Amino acid sequence: MKALIARLAVLVGVLRGVAHPTAPPAPDQGDGVDPRRYETGSPAWAEPLVAGLLIAAGALLTTFGVLIAADANTQLLGLALGLGLAALAAGLIIAGRRVAPRETAVEHRPIAEPREEQRALEAELRRAGDGVSRRGLLTAAAGTAGVGAITAAALPLTALGPSPAVLDETSRWRDGIRLVDEDDQPVSADALADGAFLTAFPEGADKRELGSPIVVVRVAPATLRLPADRRGWAPEGLLAYSKICTHAGCAVSLFRKPIDEELSSPPGLVCPCHYSTFDVRRAAKPVFGPASRPLPQLPLKLDAERNLVAAGPLSGSVGPAWWGTKGRHA
Amino acid sequence: MRRTLVALACALVVGVAAVAWSTRDVSAQATLVARGAELYAQTCSDCHGADLRGLPGRGPSLRGVGTAATDFYLSTGRMPLARPGIEPPRADPVFGPRDIQALIAYVAQRGGPGGPAIPAVDPARGDVAEGRRLFTDSCSGCHQIMGRGGAAPGLVAPALTDVTPRQVGEAVRVGPYLMPRFGARQLDDGQVDSIARYVTDVVQDPPDRGGWGIGHLGPVAEGAIAFLLAGSVLLLITRLVGERARS
Amino acid sequence: MVGDEGTPRVTSRPAEHEQEHEHDPVAFVGDRVRSSGALRAALRYVFPDHWSFLLGELALYSFMVLVATGAFLALFFHASSTEVVWHGPYAPLDGARVSGAYASALDLSFKVPGGLLLRQTHHWAALVFLVAIVLHLLRIFYTAAFRRPREINYMIGVTLMGVAILEGYVGYSLLDDLLSGMGLAIGNGAALSIPGVGGGLGTLIWDGPFPGGDAFLPRLLFVHVFVLPALIAILIAVHLTLIIRPHHTQFAGPGRREDNVVGSPLWPGYALRSLGLFAAVAGLLVLLGGLVQINPVWEWGPYQPWLGENGAQPDWYLGWLIGALRLMPNLEVHAFGRTLVPNPFFGGLLFPTVVFMVLYAWPWLEERVFARGDRAHHHLLDRPRDNPRRTGFATAFLTWVAVVFLAGSADRAFLAFGVDYELQVRIFRVLFFVAPPIAYVIARRAAAELRRRG
Repeated sequence: MKALIARLAVLVGVLRGVAHPTAPPAPDQGDGVDPRRYETGSPAWAEPLVAGLLIAAGALLTTFGVLIAADANTQLLGLALGLGLAALAAGLIIAGRRVAPRETAVEHRPIAEPREEQRALEAELRRAGDGVSRRGLLTAAAGTAGVGAITAAALPLTALGPSPAVLDETSRWRDGIRLVDEDDQPVSADALADGAFLTAFPEGADKRELGSPIVVVRVAPATLRLPADRRGWAPEGLLAYSKICTHAGCAVSLFRKPIDEELSSPPGLVCPCHYSTFDVRRAAKPVFGPASRPLPQLPLKLDAERNLVAAGPLSGSVGPAWWGTKGRHA
Repeated sequence: MRRTLVALACALVVGVAAVAWSTRDVSAQATLVARGAELYAQTCSDCHGADLRGLPGRGPSLRGVGTAATDFYLSTGRMPLARPGIEPPRADPVFGPRDIQALIAYVAQRGGPGGPAIPAVDPARGDVAEGRRLFTDSCSGCHQIMGRGGAAPGLVAPALTDVTPRQVGEAVRVGPYLMPRFGARQLDDGQVDSIARYVTDVVQDPPDRGGWGIGHLGPVAEGAIAFLLAGSVLLLITRLVGERARS
Repeated sequence: MVGDEGTPRVTSRPAEHEQEHEHDPVAFVGDRVRSSGALRAALRYVFPDHWSFLLGELALYSFMVLVATGAFLALFFHASSTEVVWHGPYAPLDGARVSGAYASALDLSFKVPGGLLLRQTHHWAALVFLVAIVLHLLRIFYTAAFRRPREINYMIGVTLMGVAILEGYVGYSLLDDLLSGMGLAIGNGAALSIPGVGGGLGTLIWDGPFPGGDAFLPRLLFVHVFVLPALIAILIAVHLTLIIRPHHTQFAGPGRREDNVVGSPLWPGYALRSLGLFAAVAGLLVLLGGLVQINPVWEWGPYQPWLGENGAQPDWYLGWLIGALRLMPNLEVHAFGRTLVPNPFFGGLLFPTVVFMVLYAWPWLEERVFARGDRAHHHLLDRPRDNPRRTGFATAFLTWVAVVFLAGSADRAFLAFGVDYELQVRIFRVLFFVAPPIAYVIARRAAAELRRRG
């Protein structure tokens, strides 16, 4: 076991390559630095190769210009420009490694020098406090001024934005508002088969407002487990919930509707972002994932043409919560 | 008189021919149902019951499921199932088209009327822009916008890269496994054609202007390329460039 | 050939001087610029010979590619939420009603010559920029390059990484496609969740409730093309200055001491190699941009608040945040029937804050925990094995973040391996607590064993 860990460790070390430069220090000869202090000259192939690569780079980059003018497709453009740059890179790297003089130099590290100048600077800065007796008081006072300045800058900034109260006013759902689909057509109860899943909006409202989109699903009425005060909210098993997840505001766009509940999972609405899952039959109670508030429910009724109509406002605040949102069972 | 006789004779011939034709059709249908019954007893009745009413904990009832459902489960290879109780992935169909026909006929006859019939789906009649919009509204939440499939607690939505237009239509109407169901008054046949058009034109044949589509999975695949491909190439280059040459 | 510093040359026979170098461009520029000794010192600046010192350069060069491609994209991108009808050669979106921002992203992809190449190159560069930053950070981490006197510069580096992540997020949020909209929705949810000020901050940034007012997208563009890039550029300048002041660190070796640097001088060999590296980075990014499709916004379609898709993910560098949001159990802080701390706060803000705090505190942890009482200046780097305790802690910390990162793509793994998603979440929740100590033990023992072997 120990040997295995050791081998693994060696492998990791080799892969990281960090082991490479740090062979145990050789016995010191002079300053011990690489004897190849300065080398010039290059192998016979190097200069022609660099020249060839640079010419190739020039040709490819020119080709790129021509291809742009000819409105060629993205792949050709990418190949011409990318390979041109790659040829340039190869040329420069070979020139740097083989053609230009190679030198190993030793430089003195300036920061290790005596720090007299810096000490003098520090003393200069500290002189500001010479002869001040109530240093603590002045520091505290300066702090107060600083905090005041920050407040003065920050408070108007918050006033620039609309009041957070607008977050409460985004839903247009009221008693008697008809449900319409994305093409503004009313939604007939008969259009929705058992197991149906449809996105609807309040008639005449801005669909992009977070309070607007709802999902309508149909389940068998006998299986509903709504709280007592919501008994009449789901005519014929038609349920409507806000489509905006109460966790982080994504659209709840999955409807898990088993054909055989015994063999699979129960019906649920799921948000695809973090997989919060809501039990549609129990008033969208969260049953999995990070969401902790149910989706607000919209009470439904049918009008004379059997179209779906809201029977009241949504049961709670829409979308993600903020400081002071009405709580868990609002 | 002669004319009348000729007419009568003709009528007789036509009549006999018609009767012969129709009995042949009936007997062909009967053969099909018989073949279906035989296959059903061998491969289906263990879970769905000899009377098609299903067995608790093994398989649902097949009474009144409609031909679309039977065709969908059999043609996507999901049925028959070796072990009951799990949602099977798509596979090559176990039965040939003829046997599937037989089972459809048998289940339709024994199970009685009810569920949706096999829809006639023609992507060519559909509009790909409408299909994209409908797919985004109703399908992408589970199947992912490019039909690569998806996951959620307790479910797997399969990829749509191999489905046929007819299977698209059947799934929309039937709502197999954990999928919701869309009736003809929610999505009409023309809209189903459009969704099928989106599946054939975009999901199954994506126009990759940008190059290699890396599975159309979005940022996960892109991140893998950035780390594994670009990262290793760049590490190799830095190893090359990092030191002066050793001659 | 160039005037000596501090001794202003009083002209002596200028005519002859110019004649002498008439055709020498170096002299031509030198005579006019009169460059100082500082430049000469810069040319003699010594870079230690080891590949791992180039990881930061990879990030720098990716940033330069980002600036170059971004400048081009900014000429065509139109940050407008006004609805338009788009027409173009992509049938599934021909005639679609989309925002001006999304329409201009489509135009860049379908109509502007070279537009898609530069869009894709820009996006690849953003991903690789952060890959390079993370690799660079790993090197700093495991070789203890953050020790005195480099703590400030290390913190600037950590800040740069944070700003770069934010810049990337703002960038992909601009295009107003389905993925960016879903990402913004989550960002909005996280902003709202800040205790006390969240509601006000959210409406301030978004110019109203999500999906935001007309000012929002122009604001986002301004932040993306000016505020954050300027901040990154300034931080990079300070970062480099603070590298040059004490010079590079180096690994131990023959002749290498605390008070010197052994390696290649900038001019000429190193400069050529480094320019070559720049061209290589640019070339790789352009090749990726031309050959590998990234963020095909036409496939995602335009965003509407009621739309979503399965498997939506942010760019990789935010994967750890979506992981944290998903792993967090459904806790919220309630009082008097009101929410005080909404759930996204824990995964979306608290977790990244803790991660960055640990990163910032790392040099302090070094002096208090990993190498107790060590206050000396260090210019020679440790190898990972040299301090097994530090290596252990670093590995444990990175494992902790990596577990959360992997949890962010669990749904894709689910598809690939058939593991139930709920089970995966439970496994990741356990790993969140169990994996770091295991990683600590393994890394520490491995380092100790390596050290024993020399």
